[in-house]
Amino acid sequence: MTTEVGSETEVKEKAEESVAQSEPSENVTEETNEVANIEGEVEESQKEKDGKEGKGISRYLPTWLKKQKSQSQTSPTKEIPLTEKTAGKVRQEEEVNGHAEEVEEKEAGKSDQVKEKEAECHSSTSADTEPAKEEKVQESPEKSLEKAEVTKEGEGEKEQKKEQEGKAEGQQEGEEGQNSIFQSPLRLVRKAKMKLVVCHVTLLDETVYTCEVEKRAKGQYLFFKVCEHLNLLEKDYFGLTYVDSHDQKCWLDPTKEIKRQIRSNNWQFAFNVKFYPPDPSQLTEDITRYLLCLQLREDVASGRLPCSFVTHTLLGSYTLQAEFGDYEPDQPRPVDYINHQTFAPNQNKEMEEKIVELHKSHRGMTPAQADSQFLENAKKLSMYGVDLHHAKDSEGVDIMLGVCANGLLVYKDRLRINRFAWPKILKISYKRNNFYIKIRPGETEQFESTVGFKLQNHRSAKRLWKVCVENHSFFRLNTPEPPTKARFLTLGSKFRYSGRTQAQTRLASTLIDRPAPSFERTSSKRISRSLDGAPVISITEAGKDGAENGRELHSDSKSPMRVHGDNIYDHDKTQEEVLKHQASISQLKRSFMEAPPPSPPQPNQWETRLTSSPTTTMRVQQQIVVSEPQAEAAAAADNTPSDTKEPVKTTEVEIEEMVVVKEVSKAPKPGIVTVTVSSPAEQETREQEVPVVQEVPVLVEAIVKKQESVSSESESDGEAEYHPNVSVSISHTQIPEEKEEDEELEKEEEKRPENDVLVVDASSPPAEGSQPVEVTSRQAEESSIEKAGEEKEEEVDEMEESTDDPMVTPDEAPNGLTPHEESVITMAGPAEEEEEPKMNGEAALVQTEPRPQVICCSEPPVVKTEMVTISDTFAAQKTEIATKEVPIVHTETKTITYEAAQLDGSGDGEPGVLMTAQTITSESLCTTTTTHITKTLKGGLSETRIEKRIVITGDCDIDHDEALAQAIKEAKEQHPDMSVTRVVVHKETELAEEED
Amino acid sequence: MAGLRSGFGRYTHAIVRGIPESLAKEALRTGTGEEVDLAKAQREEEAYVEVLRTQLGLEVVELPADESLPDCVFVEDAAVVCGDTALITIPGAPSRRRETEAIKAALKDLNLNIVEMADENATLDGGDVLFTGQEFFVGLSKRTNQRGAEILADAFKDYAVSTVPVMEGLHLKSFCSMGGPGLIVIGSSEPAQKALKTMQQMSDHRYDKLTVPDDGAANCIYMNLPNKGHVLLHCTPEQYPESAKVFEKLKDYTLIPLSNLEKVKVDGALTCCSVLINKKANM
Repeated sequence: MTTEVGSETEVKEKAEESVAQSEPSENVTEETNEVANIEGEVEESQKEKDGKEGKGISRYLPTWLKKQKSQSQTSPTKEIPLTEKTAGKVRQEEEVNGHAEEVEEKEAGKSDQVKEKEAECHSSTSADTEPAKEEKVQESPEKSLEKAEVTKEGEGEKEQKKEQEGKAEGQQEGEEGQNSIFQSPLRLVRKAKMKLVVCHVTLLDETVYTCEVEKRAKGQYLFFKVCEHLNLLEKDYFGLTYVDSHDQKCWLDPTKEIKRQIRSNNWQFAFNVKFYPPDPSQLTEDITRYLLCLQLREDVASGRLPCSFVTHTLLGSYTLQAEFGDYEPDQPRPVDYINHQTFAPNQNKEMEEKIVELHKSHRGMTPAQADSQFLENAKKLSMYGVDLHHAKDSEGVDIMLGVCANGLLVYKDRLRINRFAWPKILKISYKRNNFYIKIRPGETEQFESTVGFKLQNHRSAKRLWKVCVENHSFFRLNTPEPPTKARFLTLGSKFRYSGRTQAQTRLASTLIDRPAPSFERTSSKRISRSLDGAPVISITEAGKDGAENGRELHSDSKSPMRVHGDNIYDHDKTQEEVLKHQASISQLKRSFMEAPPPSPPQPNQWETRLTSSPTTTMRVQQQIVVSEPQAEAAAAADNTPSDTKEPVKTTEVEIEEMVVVKEVSKAPKPGIVTVTVSSPAEQETREQEVPVVQEVPVLVEAIVKKQESVSSESESDGEAEYHPNVSVSISHTQIPEEKEEDEELEKEEEKRPENDVLVVDASSPPAEGSQPVEVTSRQAEESSIEKAGEEKEEEVDEMEESTDDPMVTPDEAPNGLTPHEESVITMAGPAEEEEEPKMNGEAALVQTEPRPQVICCSEPPVVKTEMVTISDTFAAQKTEIATKEVPIVHTETKTITYEAAQLDGSGDGEPGVLMTAQTITSESLCTTTTTHITKTLKGGLSETRIEKRIVITGDCDIDHDEALAQAIKEAKEQHPDMSVTRVVVHKETELAEEED
Repeated sequence: MAGLRSGFGRYTHAIVRGIPESLAKEALRTGTGEEVDLAKAQREEEAYVEVLRTQLGLEVVELPADESLPDCVFVEDAAVVCGDTALITIPGAPSRRRETEAIKAALKDLNLNIVEMADENATLDGGDVLFTGQEFFVGLSKRTNQRGAEILADAFKDYAVSTVPVMEGLHLKSFCSMGGPGLIVIGSSEPAQKALKTMQQMSDHRYDKLTVPDDGAANCIYMNLPNKGHVLLHCTPEQYPESAKVFEKLKDYTLIPLSNLEKVKVDGALTCCSVLINKKANM
């Protein structure tokens, strides 16, 4: 994992140590353990999700590593056979020479040098499948790194980083570690043992579950541990919360490291219901309903879920019945219980008497039935499942925004003054402390309206936004967004809902076939009985119970590393998917990355993020399908020797490829040139800006031009104006700030994820096919990044990210050293139409030698911009929509331009004859894509120019580079015959003013 | 709770109040309409009570008229009863404030949970409160303000309470009412339709609508009574011929036309004249 320069012996020792540790569950062992954990997490059905969401620093690492490799070109990658698992036997030598790292594995025979791709696949597969393999991975840091790159899962990468860091300094941030390593390759990085941290998780019955997790563990790890402890299978409705430094309750992001989220040494969490099922009767297991009841009891007692006196008494009576069974006057227990139990915020004697009275009427009801009755009544309460957030409307009036399964509710005091059902909402976004929703026009309305709310600060705006994204995803989506949307550039903000949707979890729940687990009702110590009334012996320890009741659990017990074997239905699937991903990635690499070593931002992660991409969809479907055999599969995964797995993997891989092919074939546009450009500049920019940045709207414009760029009315048009025929990188800079602002808004809205604006303009100059050299894609990248104060966490992330691309530094860029991004760009290379086959061949060459000649880094001064916010909180009640000007927004823009050497004739060429022009605009919740396609006749050659403009709004932690790279890849896939003439990345960040 | 909600339209008791002679000249009115024929009005009232008592079998509590309260016949505005809770309102018209006293006493006698509005700045007319069985809509009108709606929301915590601006007309229920479970009877005027749209947008529930040509006809009384099924008290064909035809299309309903020609002159609608209570549900 880590780049260890140290002596072999040291490494060995470490390995031995790790091996020596008999208890895998503890994960005490250094890096290995970490990796194992991570992998385990990945294995657990949510690999996909993680991959998608797991952006963080880890992503960058792989890229970075690749760069190094590419530079050095000497570093051989070796595959570690599964047999190597025994750490004790494995020896690793890692030498860090300058930029190159050489890793030699001394395992005889087993170590095969495989192409990077293969290695990646293997490593990834192995890691995923078996913990033992994980060790191997650890041993071979390079491999692991490769994996990370290949792998879509950010976790592995992160771990690696961590390890490196850890060696250097236990707690250094990934960025620093990377930087340091990068800068001083000679520096020896030593692995440090991973520290274990004790977590205290308050469960719904108010008991505290204590467990140890590795300090670098992700939220998911802990969550699954808790679920395992609870013997909970239908866990998608639940989540872990923590209290941040501002006393705000936050959801622990399963895909991120715990440590980074809590930002304190206070490892206290609470297990809570995150998504309240609108119809609890559809839950499969009683234990799930029981936990939901516990949550609701608390909600009711605390007043969060207001209800009337009658309801209080009724709910209380069901609680008594569930906990104590039939009312028995002789038994004082219920009375005692009722005295100590809080049923309502304003509980009084009268209420208690009424509760007892009602309790009498429930005679014969089993605990499960009582729970069901409780839920049937609770679910009808108007505030059931409504997550309230304080806000102000456009006029500064205090309101509450309630997020629920159906949409967004607006309350003033206790009155509902407006409601926006999810189907009515086109976009959700936030900017600074503003939260926006774009509303679909009503029957009589012609235009979409945007409603803005002011939150207390940026953090609360983001939190609200996240909750909205999650609730919408969970309740409204059956599966990830269809691939048709935003196919080209999908910039996921880091944040996405990572779990299963309700539809998926319901489907998964139907596959539960374990006998109803027995559980103890801790408040009363009453053993739950199944509906038939047969008493069941409750086993206190979930683990034991699981072994008996759950099929999956046993595997876990054996391999502590894997946190949630039992819970994951699609465990196997996940792995498969991951594998596929990797395979596809490798494929991509092969096909597109041929030339320079510079590795594009990890494609895997990209793909993962891309919810809309067909691949993703495919996965999901697969998951679902696979889920049926899950039990077996899971078992197999756990116990199956590596051999078995491998074949499976292979198959999967193939499948993946097929998927990819499909995608390509799907891309219908034949003549269209797709230009993908990755912007190294951005990364640089980021680094600089990072500290400042909070929200970064990403606007990605990809413009593929042949000759003329057609500008239309749409947003893209505005953009188009900036990029006329001439591919001048400067254009963006010239763009009025106001426009940008507007764009940002739009973008933000579009992207629910996070606010990052990337503008990528890729223009392919196919016109002059005759001149291959010219064909070379000219890349103009402008990245202006403005980041308004973001959460510290994010900032850190960004920082780390930035570290990844040290190579990219402007200084270096000009020199022949092409950062991976550049390479990517080159890849895009000149696209020729059929008429000029030569171009293609040359193009490849060109790709190999990308030379950015012009690099401009400009940092525009801070510009004050006014955003226009249309808020109609009271739209339902007011006839007119109030338009309000939002306070001045300080925007920071940075623009970096890269221009590749171009002999391109497109610039000088005659205008040609315009044959056709069309504009296509597609819009999704996340992104808006506008495509202009122009066909012109030039000297007998027809040119097709495609301009794509993608506007994405997201958080600063979006990995722009990766996004760009991904976009380029996709573009290439779709239009292999076209070249990229221009890429502009425009990034705007607002300066956070109200950062608390 | 659940039981209550499922039994939408079930009533056991009704509170009504006699018509004072002062009604004819002193009752508040939005229009400049003709003079009220007191005798006719009283006959209407008698018929109304008769239907409730004999035809529908409700226990009717008849409160005597108070001459100092010309509008006292419109008891609906003085209290909002849902389940076992009765919210005693502060009517928006100062001259009507004292109407609540008698109502409150009567409700107390019925062992209802009495909630009073403590905030003097709050106003609420029961005519602005539409209870759909799932939730409340409160019209913000000349008689009802935001604060009043808030208090109502506080009194009935189980339910969502949404506010609806009342652009025209006296009350929310001047142009709408419930015609059955999930069925809103709505007038066809623009303000009425607008209000309906608002309600539909604000609600998590889906409602069917029954549009009648006349706003005034949209105020009717729905009941779901044992052995009688769906019962709808609605306007007479004489008063609103076109609207009456619409009601006649309702299947499986017991339709009972009630004349309201006189009371409507002082903005009295059918629902205004009674407070309906379901006591059995309250145990």
